[in-house]
Order: sequence, then structure tokens, then C-alpha cells
Amino acid sequence: MELYVAMKVLWWLLLGVLLMGLAIMVGMDMGVGTILRYVGRTDGERRVAINIIGPHWDGNQVWFILGGGAIFAAWPVIYATAFSGLYVVMLLLLWTMIIRPVGFEYRSKLPSATWRNAWDWGLFVSGLVPMVVFGAAIGNTLQGFPYHFEWNMASVYSGSFLALFNPFAILCGLLSVSLSVYMGAAMVMNRSEGALYERCRRVLVLAGPLALVLFSIGGIWVAFLQGYSLSGATPGADANPLDPHVVVQLSRGAWFANYRALPALWLLPLLTYAGIGMGTLAGRAGRSHLAWWLGALAWIGVLGTVGAAMFPFMMPSSSNPAQSLTVWNASSSEHTLIWMTLWTAVFVPAILAYTSWAFWVMRGKVRTEQVEGDDHAY
Amino acid sequence: MVVPSDTVVDLSRWQFAATALYHFLFVPLTLGLSFILAAMETVYVTTGRVIYKDMARFWSKLFAINFALGVATGLTMEFEFGTNWSFYSHYVGDIFGAPLAIEGLMAFFMESTFVGLMLFGWDRLGKAGHLAVTFLVALGSNLSALWILVANGFMQDPVGAAFNPVSQRMELLSFFDLLFSHDAQSKFVHTSIAGYVTGAMFVVTISAWYLSKGRHVEIARRSLRMGALFGVFSVIGVITLGDALGFVAGSAQPTKLAAMEGMWETEPAPAPLKLIAFPSDREQRNLGPTVELPGVAGILITHSLDKELPGIKELEQRAAGRIRNGIPGLLALQRFRANPDDLAALATVKEHEADLGYAMLLLRYAPDLSRATEAQIARAARDTIPPVWATFWSFRLMIGLAFLMLIYLIAMATYSLSKQCVAQNFLLKFSIWLLPAPFLASELGWLTAELGRQPWTVYERLPTWISASTHSTGYMIFSLLGFTLIYLVFIIIEMFLMVKFVRQGPGQHDPVSHGGGGMHPVLSQPVLQREE
Repeated sequence: MELYVAMKVLWWLLLGVLLMGLAIMVGMDMGVGTILRYVGRTDGERRVAINIIGPHWDGNQVWFILGGGAIFAAWPVIYATAFSGLYVVMLLLLWTMIIRPVGFEYRSKLPSATWRNAWDWGLFVSGLVPMVVFGAAIGNTLQGFPYHFEWNMASVYSGSFLALFNPFAILCGLLSVSLSVYMGAAMVMNRSEGALYERCRRVLVLAGPLALVLFSIGGIWVAFLQGYSLSGATPGADANPLDPHVVVQLSRGAWFANYRALPALWLLPLLTYAGIGMGTLAGRAGRSHLAWWLGALAWIGVLGTVGAAMFPFMMPSSSNPAQSLTVWNASSSEHTLIWMTLWTAVFVPAILAYTSWAFWVMRGKVRTEQVEGDDHAY
Repeated sequence: MVVPSDTVVDLSRWQFAATALYHFLFVPLTLGLSFILAAMETVYVTTGRVIYKDMARFWSKLFAINFALGVATGLTMEFEFGTNWSFYSHYVGDIFGAPLAIEGLMAFFMESTFVGLMLFGWDRLGKAGHLAVTFLVALGSNLSALWILVANGFMQDPVGAAFNPVSQRMELLSFFDLLFSHDAQSKFVHTSIAGYVTGAMFVVTISAWYLSKGRHVEIARRSLRMGALFGVFSVIGVITLGDALGFVAGSAQPTKLAAMEGMWETEPAPAPLKLIAFPSDREQRNLGPTVELPGVAGILITHSLDKELPGIKELEQRAAGRIRNGIPGLLALQRFRANPDDLAALATVKEHEADLGYAMLLLRYAPDLSRATEAQIARAARDTIPPVWATFWSFRLMIGLAFLMLIYLIAMATYSLSKQCVAQNFLLKFSIWLLPAPFLASELGWLTAELGRQPWTVYERLPTWISASTHSTGYMIFSLLGFTLIYLVFIIIEMFLMVKFVRQGPGQHDPVSHGGGGMHPVLSQPVLQREE
């Protein structure tokens, strides 16, 4: 295999890893935001929940930033087309997400109940909305986006904002929210006790099965969706979405073609079922650390299932399918990908090491009286 | 061809400038204060004197309030290239995206992970461990600045890249050229030291305010001395590196330089430095009286006595030539894109590659380049001159503020060393009014650099107007209103909290406010204790 082709596939995999990191780590924090008002009935309980993720939310959020940066660096035309085409959605995502850093940092700086209550709603919105958008974006990607390119690669998006919230996309959005709530609940269980712990357990035991049901419905739904199939592409060629030799066909069930060709891929959805199923049982039994790790495996299963179905498509065009963005025509140059690979090989292991260390340092239960006695706590 | 309307381009520029300037209110303080925190904690760890730990904890509370908004508004910046500058993102993403991604990998991850431990880990980590964490936060934030400015350096001086007609974008040729670009390197040092000045001014002016009120004296006088000494060295560094940056701009961006100096005509070397002038962009001359220092600009910028600096009118003539040279290139590119087998067209594109950007400037006035008139070319050539008035004065105000801070910080350093901060001094009362100075200087520096870069997003390669996404005006008004509303609410809350916590001071832990003399209560509650 040519080096450039290998690099493209590697960066497709790495993008998947980053999206999984984002879903697991940022999703967990957002899940805590989403359930905060339900599981924390008193200000003390809410502060405990916030302080459980307090030392980590900022580091976790970098998975999101890195995901964006990696799309820009390795898949620049996807970054350009998706971010501009989905303008209003991106603003919705951004405006809700920027409430989060401020919410964490400022919420407990004043004693006023109104003030804190307002920030709790802020944290709820900034936990729920981005996860809906994240899932809905994946749902829409499976259906294709209405865009095309001019001769000079200026992208033109012809869809509307509301069309992005179609039933299938909403289903995916709900799946993403339920998984994030599951992970958030598991994390709070890890480091809390008493009533807060019990409520989180109840949430986890509900969110897990709900995610499984949504995932199953989604899978059946995809079988009836128009999938895309590619022919005539030159995998090792310079990135050019306007290659006249490329032919893209739409047909119902085409997203299952990769699974028919390589049945081992069925392990990915299986991983989802196993992860959530066993994770829910573990959570019910109070084994929340195990439940957390199994939930992370489930996320890997969900995103892996979608990725395996779509390969080599990354962002199909519904209005001009031949210009769909794929692994072969949307990447950066070989030189850039090689450099990015070198940096990634050095720093991703380092990131995983110090992130684990940070969690280890902050391990153990958080209690109300501790939070209230610390003027640095959130 | 679908292009963004003039209104949309203008609104996109306003939005980017507003959000970037807003973000840049918080970044310099993070850069500088993180090192000051590390310095205070180093003294604590090496001498064991608890008051330095109190100082670090107090200033880190203010650091955190500032940091939250820096992080929040930084998210906007990452989105905005894609949302509002999609043509740009595709055209140079192969190069520009890499430093941004590496920034995340190498710097921002480190800064963000360790900032959590810095704020929450006082009782979880040993002294040395916590100090190491604080240093890693400072290192991470400064490395962030490095990669962001490497990306920005490419916009100013696009080295290490070439245009690829097949993928219709610029692609990276040499990572080393990109990383070690003169513009990127000198701007990184200039900008991060400007951050140190900001951190120093923040600590010094607030400490001086405490001293003028006789509050928190023990913490304030120590903070003031550390801040003032750090500040004096930093402000000298920022001025020196600013000169280096001028030298770099002189060779790489002659139009920016001419605008910064208000030089309409080419003057015999060495050119005079205009201290005061009133440039008129419309009439292309300086109105009214001009105060000049003979020979100084030529010497400062070219570091020689005999190199000529081209004036604006001459540069405009040169631009017209490059536009004419770019036309056949861009027309050939269009033919090649329609028919990838047209090798003659490909050869023409290669031959005119350096001037393709100039032809894109003309595209704004002549959508059909083959029928472009001389009047349209002249109009496009006029566009190559950045806004002279605004660039000239942003630059001068920035320098004025730098020298003001230099004098102030020297005075405060002298005061803190000779008087030991015990005597009252008129400077103490006056200090707090200088707190905005470093922030204003940073904003003006950004304006000088980015206004001076116009009309390009990537100097001489990609015009600003064509870089914008093709949104409707309605979308742009919607997003501008949204940003205005959210950012306004945020800044009000941030200022409120900042002022509240500054007024509150180091709080009950400060021995002086309790009249406790030298005795110091145990500061750290065993909070967030780990369960065994």
C-alpha cells in the first residue's frame, strides 16, 4: 500500500479515536451537567457533583478542541464545508458550550441561590444541547448533507437549519444524550455517596437500557436509509473532491455493504450491546468504576459501528453525491499527514499518561463539608 | 461563481476582529500571571515561608476567573475559521491547521489538565509536585502561544508552502520553514513577553492599590516587588522584540510597514521616523503638520543607513504589475480545473503562481478576468494598501503605552527596593488607573499586525474578501447579535467577580487584616480529602 493511502486511513482511524475520546470524556462531563439538577437536590449535593468533575472538565474539553483541530489539520475541506454549511448548528453548539467553563468557574463564587440556580440551568443546557447536536450531526452524516463545490472549491450549502433536526437525527441525538448521562452518572457514583449516589444509580440503570433501545432502532432505521457507494476513486491521488472519474451511487441498505464484505465488523455493534448491557448490571450492583469502563467500550462500539458502515465516506453530499467527501479526496497532503503523525505519536501517549495521573491524584470520595470548606472549590 | 457579498465580508471581519480582540483580553494575563504564580510558589517551596503560598493562592483565584473566559472564548476562535472563513480554511488548512492541532496536542492539553490540579490539588500533591504542576500550566500556556503564532506567522509571511492546482489549495512543503518563520518566532517572543508585562502590571497595580489603602500589606508589598522586577525586564524585552518584529515586517510585508510609518512616498535612505502625522487614506497623503526624527525609521527597520524603504504609492504601482501578471495564471487555473489533462494550462498556472492571489483581488471587481479594464486593475491595486490611518495610530499608541509602562515599572521597582514599600507614595494611588494599559497595548498590537496585513488573509496569496464563507446577511446579523449578547453578559459577570475578589483581597487568611502580626493561621483546610 502506498504511504499516502496508509496515512489517509491512519488519520481516519485517529479521527475516530479523537471522536471517541470526545464522546467518552466530554460526554461524561456533559452528562453530569444534564443530570445535575435531578441528582443534586441540595446546593451541597450539586457542588459535590460539580467538584467531582471540577479538576478534570477543562482537560477533558481539550478532546473536543483537539477533535476540531485534527479535522482542520488532517481533513481541512471537511472542516471548511461542515463548519460553514452547518452555521446555525455550530453557533448553537458553540454558544451552549462556552457557558460551561464560565458556569463551572463562577457558579459557586457567590452565595446567592438565584445566582447558583441560574448557573445550574446553564450547566444543564450546556450539557444537554451539545450532546444532542453531536449525535444529530452523526445522524445527518449518515443521511448526507446538501452541499456542492464551485470550480475553485468554494463550498455552497443549500440545506436549511431545521432540516437537520429530522427524526433520524433526533434519534441519534437522544442516543448520544443517554450514553452521556450514563457516563456522567457512573462518574458521580465513583466519587460520591449517600442520596446523590443512589440517584445516580437510578439514572444509570434507566439510561443504559434506553441507549440500547435507541441504538437498536437506529440500526434497523439505517437499513432503510439511502446509503452511498463509491467507485472510480484513486485512493493515493492528491485530494480533489471534483475528480471527474468518481461515481457515487445511492441505494437502500448500502451502509451495510462493508458488513457484508467483512462480517468481523459485526463485533462493533456487539461491543455496544455487551458494554451497555453488562455496564448497566455492574452499575446496579454498585460497581460504578466497572460500569464506567464498560460504558466507554460502548461508546467505542457505537462510533465504530457508524465508521465501519460509512468507510470510506466521511461527509456524503446528498445534492451532488459525486462530490462527497471521502477518506481518499478530503485529506491533507502527504507531507502534512506525516508530520501530524509524528507529533501525535509523541504526544497522545503523554496525554493519556498525565490524564490518568490527574484522575489518580484526585481519586476518592468528595463530601459536602469538604467542598464548603475550600475557597478554591467550584 | 458564488462569492460572499461585500456586506457579508465586512460583517465577517467585524465578527472575527471583535471575538479575537475579546479573546485577547484574557490570554496575555494567563501567559504572564501563570509564570508569576510559579515564581511565588518557587519562593514558597525553596524558603518554606508560608506567606508566599498565600500569595500564590490569592493570585491564582484571580487567575482562575480570568482563565475561564480565556478558555470559553478560545473555543469561538477554533470554530470561526471554519464557520466564517471556509474558503480560507480549505485554501490553507493543509498548512494552517497543523500548528493549531499541535497546539492542542502539545500545549493546551497540558495546560488544561494541570490547571485542574493546580487549583484543586494543593492538599493532594506534595510541595514539589504542586510546584511542578504550576510550572507545567505556565509552560503549557506559553507553548500554546507559540503554536498559535506559528499559525499566524504563516498568514503574515507564507513560507514553506506552495500552491497545488490539483487540490486547489496551498500545501505544506517544509515544516521547519513554517515553524522557524522569522515572523512567527519574533512575534511569539514579542507576544508572550507582552503577556508577562500584562501579568506584572496586574499584580503591581492591584498590590499598589492595597498598599495605598494600607490593606494586606505583607502580601501586597511582596507581590509588588516581584511583579515590578519581573515587569521591568519584560517591558524592556517587549520593546526590543518589537523592534525585531519591525525589522522582519520590513522585508516580508512592505505594505504593512509603509502603513505603520505613514510613508506615502519613497524617501531617500535612511528614511525619517514620523512621530506624529495625520494620514488620510482617501487623499493618500499626510494632512497637516508632521513631526519627524530624521533617519531613524530607516535605521530601526533596515538596520542599515543605505537601504531604501518603498513608499505606499510605489508599492501600489508594483501591485498593479503583479495583478496583470496574475490574470493569465488564474484564467489558466480555471481551464485546468475544468480539464485536468490540459497540461499547457497547468504550465501557465505554475509560471504565474506567485501572483494568483493578486488576480483574486481583481476578481472582486472583474468577475470575468479576461475582460478586466485598467480602471478595475487600479482599483484592485489600491486595495493592496492597508488602512494607513488606523495602522499608523494603533502602532504609535501601543509604543506610547509600552514606554509609559516602562517608566512606571522602573519607578515601582525602585520604590519597592529602596523604600521597602513602607512609605506612602503618590504612585500608589495613581497605580490602579494604569491597569488597563497592558490590555489596551495588546489589543493595539493585534490591530497593528492584522490591519496592517490587509487586504490579505495570507499575505500576497489569498485576499480577505474571497476567504469568507458565502453566508446570507441574515445569518451574519444573527451571529453578531448572539456573540454581542453573550460576550456582553460574560464580561459584566467577569468584571463584577474580578472586582469583588480584588476588593475582598487575600481574605481571612491574611495575617495583617486580622492583626495577627507575623503569625499565620493554617491556611489549607484538608479539603477534598481522599478516602482511604
